[in-house]
Amino acid sequence: MMQDHAASATAPDTVHETVAHVSAVDPETTRPASTGNAFAHIVYVLKSNPVTLISFGLFGIMIIAALLGPYIVPYDPLASNSAVRLQPPSTDHWFGTDQLGRDVFSRVVVATRLDLFIAITAVALSFVIGSMLGSLAGYYGGWFDTISGRMIDTIMAFPLFVLAMGIVAALGNTVENIIYATAIINIPFYARVARGEVNIRRHAGFAQAARLSGNNDLRVLAFHIFPNALPPMMVQISLNLGWAILNAAGLSFIGLGVRPPTPEWGIMVAEGAQFIVSGEWWLAVFPGVSLMLAVLTFNLMGDGLRDMVDPAQRT
Amino acid sequence: MTESKTSRRGLLKGAGALALSAPMLPMLKVLPASAAKADTAVVVIGQTINSLDIHRKGTNRPSYQIAVNCYDRLVSFGTKTLPDGSLSYDYSTLKPDLAESWITSEDGKSIVFNLRSDAVFWDGSPVTAEDVKWSLDRAVSLGGFPAVQMKAGSLIKPEQFVVVDEKTFKINLIRKSKLTLPDLAVPVPMIINSKLAKKNATAKDPWATEYLHRTPAGSGAYKVARWDPGQQLIYERNEKWTSGPLPGVKRVVVREVPSISTRRALLERKDVDLSFGIPDKDATELASKDGLKVTATPIENCIYCLGVNLKFDAFKDKKVRQAIACAVPYEEIFKAAAYGNGVKMWGGASAKPTDISWPQPFPYSTDLDKAKALLSETAFKDGFEVPFAINQSLSSWMEPTALLIQESLGKIGIKAKIEKIPGANWRTAALVEKRLPLHLENFGGWLNYPDYYFFWAYIKGHLFNSSNYDNPEVKALVDETLHMEIDNPEYAPKVKRLIEIAFEDVPRIPLWQPTLSSGMTSDLEGYEFWFHRQLDARKFKKT
Amino acid sequence: MLGSRTKTVLQRLWQALPVLFGVIVVTFLLTRALPGDPAVYFAGPAADANSIAEIRKSLGLDLPLPQQFLIYLGDLSRGDLGQSLSTGQPVLTDLTTRLPASLELTFAALFLSTMIAIPMGILAALNPGRLVDHACRLLVTMGVSLPTFFTGLVLVFFFYYLLGWAPSPIGRLDFAYLPPPHVTGFFTIDAMLVGDLETAWAAAAQVFMPAVTLALFTLAPIARMTRAAMIQALSSEYIRTARAAGLSSRKVILTYALGNAMLPVITTLGMVFSFTLGANVLVEKVFAWPGIGSYAVEALVVSDYAAVQGFVLSMAILFVLVNLLVDVIYTLIDPRVGSEA
Repeated sequence: MMQDHAASATAPDTVHETVAHVSAVDPETTRPASTGNAFAHIVYVLKSNPVTLISFGLFGIMIIAALLGPYIVPYDPLASNSAVRLQPPSTDHWFGTDQLGRDVFSRVVVATRLDLFIAITAVALSFVIGSMLGSLAGYYGGWFDTISGRMIDTIMAFPLFVLAMGIVAALGNTVENIIYATAIINIPFYARVARGEVNIRRHAGFAQAARLSGNNDLRVLAFHIFPNALPPMMVQISLNLGWAILNAAGLSFIGLGVRPPTPEWGIMVAEGAQFIVSGEWWLAVFPGVSLMLAVLTFNLMGDGLRDMVDPAQRT
Repeated sequence: MTESKTSRRGLLKGAGALALSAPMLPMLKVLPASAAKADTAVVVIGQTINSLDIHRKGTNRPSYQIAVNCYDRLVSFGTKTLPDGSLSYDYSTLKPDLAESWITSEDGKSIVFNLRSDAVFWDGSPVTAEDVKWSLDRAVSLGGFPAVQMKAGSLIKPEQFVVVDEKTFKINLIRKSKLTLPDLAVPVPMIINSKLAKKNATAKDPWATEYLHRTPAGSGAYKVARWDPGQQLIYERNEKWTSGPLPGVKRVVVREVPSISTRRALLERKDVDLSFGIPDKDATELASKDGLKVTATPIENCIYCLGVNLKFDAFKDKKVRQAIACAVPYEEIFKAAAYGNGVKMWGGASAKPTDISWPQPFPYSTDLDKAKALLSETAFKDGFEVPFAINQSLSSWMEPTALLIQESLGKIGIKAKIEKIPGANWRTAALVEKRLPLHLENFGGWLNYPDYYFFWAYIKGHLFNSSNYDNPEVKALVDETLHMEIDNPEYAPKVKRLIEIAFEDVPRIPLWQPTLSSGMTSDLEGYEFWFHRQLDARKFKKT
Repeated sequence: MLGSRTKTVLQRLWQALPVLFGVIVVTFLLTRALPGDPAVYFAGPAADANSIAEIRKSLGLDLPLPQQFLIYLGDLSRGDLGQSLSTGQPVLTDLTTRLPASLELTFAALFLSTMIAIPMGILAALNPGRLVDHACRLLVTMGVSLPTFFTGLVLVFFFYYLLGWAPSPIGRLDFAYLPPPHVTGFFTIDAMLVGDLETAWAAAAQVFMPAVTLALFTLAPIARMTRAAMIQALSSEYIRTARAAGLSSRKVILTYALGNAMLPVITTLGMVFSFTLGANVLVEKVFAWPGIGSYAVEALVVSDYAAVQGFVLSMAILFVLVNLLVDVIYTLIDPRVGSEA
């Protein structure tokens, strides 16, 4: 068991999640997920934890910005205007303007969609691939388990950010490739969690019962066992979303981000960084703070979700 | 390891410390910072020095400074004071370096150099014609960039280099060319201590590339006291230097700091004396700060331009290229990307050049109506889409430039899609494969003649002709003028014709002539601009 | 017992072999797919097609990939990691001179982070659900939500540029100092070994800001693991017994509960260590820290095959070793974990 924990280090944040969660699983919890009273529990958790409530609020704002952003911003995020280059924040330009006279506020808001898109798509991809690999490995074991396990160990043995850099550098810096790179380095978590959750339940009573009532292996796996792995994976997803955003921003910072003039937080911070010393702090600070808030939202939500799915962790 | 030992010794204050072996020294601190200040200059650069030998394969541009500061050549360029009071090399005067005099033979087939009798290498051995021959042989024999640069001066094979006697050296010329002597003054044909190098050569490595890569062996103004690749290089003054007045500082520390803003912060806080090659924005802003000064020197024979690749269908039509030249928002680019540093290369008065100065403004200015009119005369009147490539490593000027051009081209119906190409891939894509339809380009020629620029940038197959431009007339004109003396009466008319064709055909649309800017504290004197755009610390002094 | 442990260790090493081989294959393929052509780079500016082809041949880049791979494996088996293009040095030399810088930074960061995170975790565990708990959680989560390069830049701006409290962010030592003689490769320790406190202080001052930047990022996992483990430990049978036996609450918490909670915390530390070593990349870039992370970034940008391969390989080996070490520590201090682990 410990070997699994030890190898599942990626983001420091997710590290803990895997460990804490798996250590909380004991034989008694290997029953089908109960839905009873879940809603009441969620309400209880939200009430008792203001921080989680705030994070859900922030998440709502982010979703609105992502959906409506391009329609509600005051300026065209791409239009340059040489008359107002490098202006500090004002009532006209809330977050100031950049070296081409573009409105930083508009760019920051419009960037929300792309950043969320990159994070969500990447995490969705790694969730699907990782949980398929992991479930099959956990259910059937044997050579498939060995091979997929080795593959995942191989990914884990890379310094993950450098692996992502390498992939983007090799394939070219487009949004798709950033997504693929981020997805690949996240696959191991889902694979490991899914494998662990499926493995401890494959001989559980309810699974046996489902098999006896005529379901084939894949059905049992997909509809009876796997759903039990979902709650812990939800937590992973939320934490991973935050990490995916950071990862994409880091790639942008070393010049492997999306192509200009597309607004994206990481690139804006990276470019704005050059201007901090000369006093134009707003170029880097506003996108930087947005980036931080987004990641914080996902991390806090992940925490909150864990409280909901796994009440034993708190108390 | 040798470097680090010598350096530790050399940097210690007490002479008595020299007797101790370095690793056993208890106190490793150098002089107190305040005392060290007067005779040490600290320089920051953004790139990494990857070799101390310019002849080695893979030596990058920042490493050329070793060839400048640690080695001498047969001849050198003079120095002039620019109108702003800063120093620049002077292309028009050649001055003695290791050779005290030289004579071109009557038939023009050879040049004889007389070496200075007092010149010695760092180890005290005299500089002889043997050393000169070995060094020049090496420059043409190792292949790669040094050989190409030597070839530009019609120096191609060891047989051309002849030792007459210990202090007399002769070069046999394969043709009479105005480029030969200036080409001997570029960093490449540096004179190496051949006795020392040969001692460290092996059968597999007869040119001692492994040795000289880490251990320079020259006669130049500075020795290398220490080199920590990827971190810093420390020069130490050569007290026996004979090719010029001794540098005013004993040590120059060149520290590599990749972050632009950190370099600026270091300079603003005066923790360093010189930040070499600063962005145009900083150049403008730092100039007005107390205790700092900025030297911004226009780079001779260099133009930042928009390349319009004739491999791309739409750009085969001259009118499309001219339309683009009329659509470029020059003034805005000059403000946003160059922050007003440099020389304007647009708005020329007439479609025919009146003189042969180069670079000179092209007869285009931003005129969207004219651009639309020109475009409507072509098969591409409804516009088209084109990828627009920029070099990631140069994005500080290329990105704002590209964004403004992209926006402006959009107004005449040309949709440009910006693609950032990683620095590593840029050369291959832009210059070797020449496959970038629309791109930004920054070639500058070391030897300051218009025909030399045209030779590299306007002739099919030549490296910097990233636009695949091909014109037999240009080729013929360059062939005729390249080696011709500039006082030849035929020279000026032919060069004018070259420039006129460039105006008309615009495979390269000039944006501006860039500057090399460096920021320094006001007590650092002796910063000098060179065509090679690398640090020359030989005249440094602190007041 | 010892015999079975040695066996476990050997078994782990054996299991690591296919992983290392996988890393070698993937890195090899990835570097070959990088844009940029080392031959063009080597040929330098103004080189023509001929000289490029010549250099390609001399570098062996004209050979088919499988053959290049075999040559690479052969070199590896002789301990030859090749030459770096960007620094012009053998990759092995580069890595061995730079690894101590990265390790020093990582250890400093982990030290700082542990010093803050463990007390925070304990505090939170003693007051679960109260304000302190929420505040700790918010604080560590904020730390992990900050992009390290952004934190680094902001710290440099305030503490170096504006206030002048921190030394210039130019690597491991200021201009005025020379590195101490090499013993451990950690400047602070090496300088102290020869009694040069001034240099030791200067080196510590240089490492402080990048270490804080990294530490902020690593607070979360350590603090959270401490909290979780402490809650579990405090609710266990023996703590209740100890309390019932009248032991002081302080002693119960610090000796018994913390002692038991340390196991999972050590595991976490192991993971955080290998993660941080990889995450150094961006921080090293901001602080011009001459570690292997900044080396890898530069190498990737110029398609420096040998350097990237060498970096990834050494990181993978380190990763395997750290995991092994954590396992070993675990088996040593926890009798319940046997070879079945």
